[in-house]
Amino acid sequence: MTSVWRYFTDHQSDIMGWLWTTVWLAVVPVAVGLVIALPLGWICNRYRWTYPPITSAAGILYTIPSLVLFIVLPGILGTKILDPVNVAVALTVYTLALLVRVVADGLNSVSLDTLASASAMGYTGRQRLFAVQLPIAVPVIGAGVRVAAVSNVSLISVASIIGVSQLGQLFIAGNVDNQIPPIVLGLIMFFLLAIVFDVVILLIIRVLTPWQRAAAR
Amino acid sequence: MAAGGGAMMHLVASDNGIPGLDRVPVWFNDPSNYWGPDGLLVRIRDHLAFTVVIVLLAIVIALPIGLLIGHTGRGVVAVAGVANALRAIPTLGFVLLLYVWLSPSITSRMTIPYLVPRGGLGAFISVLIVLVLLAIPPILTNTYAGVQAVDPAVRDAAKGMGMRGGQVVRKVEFPCALPLILSGIRSATLQVIATVTVAAYLPLLGGLGRFIADGANNLTNLQFGYPAMVGAGLVVALLAVLVDGLLNLFQRFVVSPGVSGRFSTKRTEPTIQAAMEAQLTN
Repeated sequence: MTSVWRYFTDHQSDIMGWLWTTVWLAVVPVAVGLVIALPLGWICNRYRWTYPPITSAAGILYTIPSLVLFIVLPGILGTKILDPVNVAVALTVYTLALLVRVVADGLNSVSLDTLASASAMGYTGRQRLFAVQLPIAVPVIGAGVRVAAVSNVSLISVASIIGVSQLGQLFIAGNVDNQIPPIVLGLIMFFLLAIVFDVVILLIIRVLTPWQRAAAR
Repeated sequence: MAAGGGAMMHLVASDNGIPGLDRVPVWFNDPSNYWGPDGLLVRIRDHLAFTVVIVLLAIVIALPIGLLIGHTGRGVVAVAGVANALRAIPTLGFVLLLYVWLSPSITSRMTIPYLVPRGGLGAFISVLIVLVLLAIPPILTNTYAGVQAVDPAVRDAAKGMGMRGGQVVRKVEFPCALPLILSGIRSATLQVIATVTVAAYLPLLGGLGRFIADGANNLTNLQFGYPAMVGAGLVVALLAVLVDGLLNLFQRFVVSPGVSGRFSTKRTEPTIQAAMEAQLTN
């Protein structure tokens, strides 16, 4: 453990730079993917005939290996191959592919009695969506967001194979110098990042679903 | 990306310093990229051989454990937790950790056709362990979830007919859980096909990832650089889609018609619920 800590202090400036890149690569794609998935999922739910084509397209997107997307995107976007933006866009695509279905299923899981009650209370369609249907779907959507977030974090390091600089570089450094400490340090940092991210999302879900605690009392 | 894309691609290529995507069809049209020991065909074969070995090993480990905990209902929470933790592992880091740690002590020069070249055993074992661990969670969780989802009445009927625990598992729970088990195997296979590319970061190992790892050091080369990386990447994606389709077909053949409901005579009747739904969504 001391050698791992020493490696950290010796290479602190590099590692903090990589950490920063990794953090935004973990956070931004999940947020952007969710923002795009919400209206798409709503469309799948509102117009049922769009559900099969949209979700199967999403399923195919999800089968594309991450490394392949990291490589193809520079050709499409005109970015440099080592630009972290490629990784961000690829992870956004995965988040979107995963969440479209989750959002549609989440909105669909709200009981019809609840929706009927809301309508009877005078909610318009839009009010009912934002004040009733969406909040009730938060636990389902939130569970999907957690899966997307954790798997994204583990995908980020794959970009090191083509040399995109983020915390995965610690693994490469360990391999090049035939040393274990940087690799262990990298695994610990990715692990902590995944946990912190997961806890933050859990807290957000908790804040958004106050009725769950009210019911538990 | 069809007509009119060529000129734009060219412009883009001079922008980011790599050959444009218009070089990819050119790469695919060159027969010399297909044949020989470093050609596409050999690497596709190696890629699939590696995938099959990994998935089979994962099935051998995950299926009995999944059936057991599904049948007994014990240890579900612990296994679910471990399976989720395995999912979060950065593959590359774990592979390199094992490689740096194990390979000095593996001195055997053993070779295995299609899988291990001379001196590649250390790299092979490192990748094998990590990818098997990666393939276990989807199979394991789907297996016990499938067994637990079996209608208790069906299970009781089997016991009432005098079946022992083992017979109930083999003749009732396994066939009933098969659709879910197979879909777990499908997602594990897809994940492995995609992740075997990571193996190529290690020296000596083949598979389609070789084009990608080697190309990254030689980006502008028209034969071995960026066009080869994209080409190999597209082949990986294509393999994933093909294998997914094949396994889907396989599933239709092996799942009992009584379970999949293909020959069901039941007709779903419009319910009050459906009518309400129709009204609410309009």
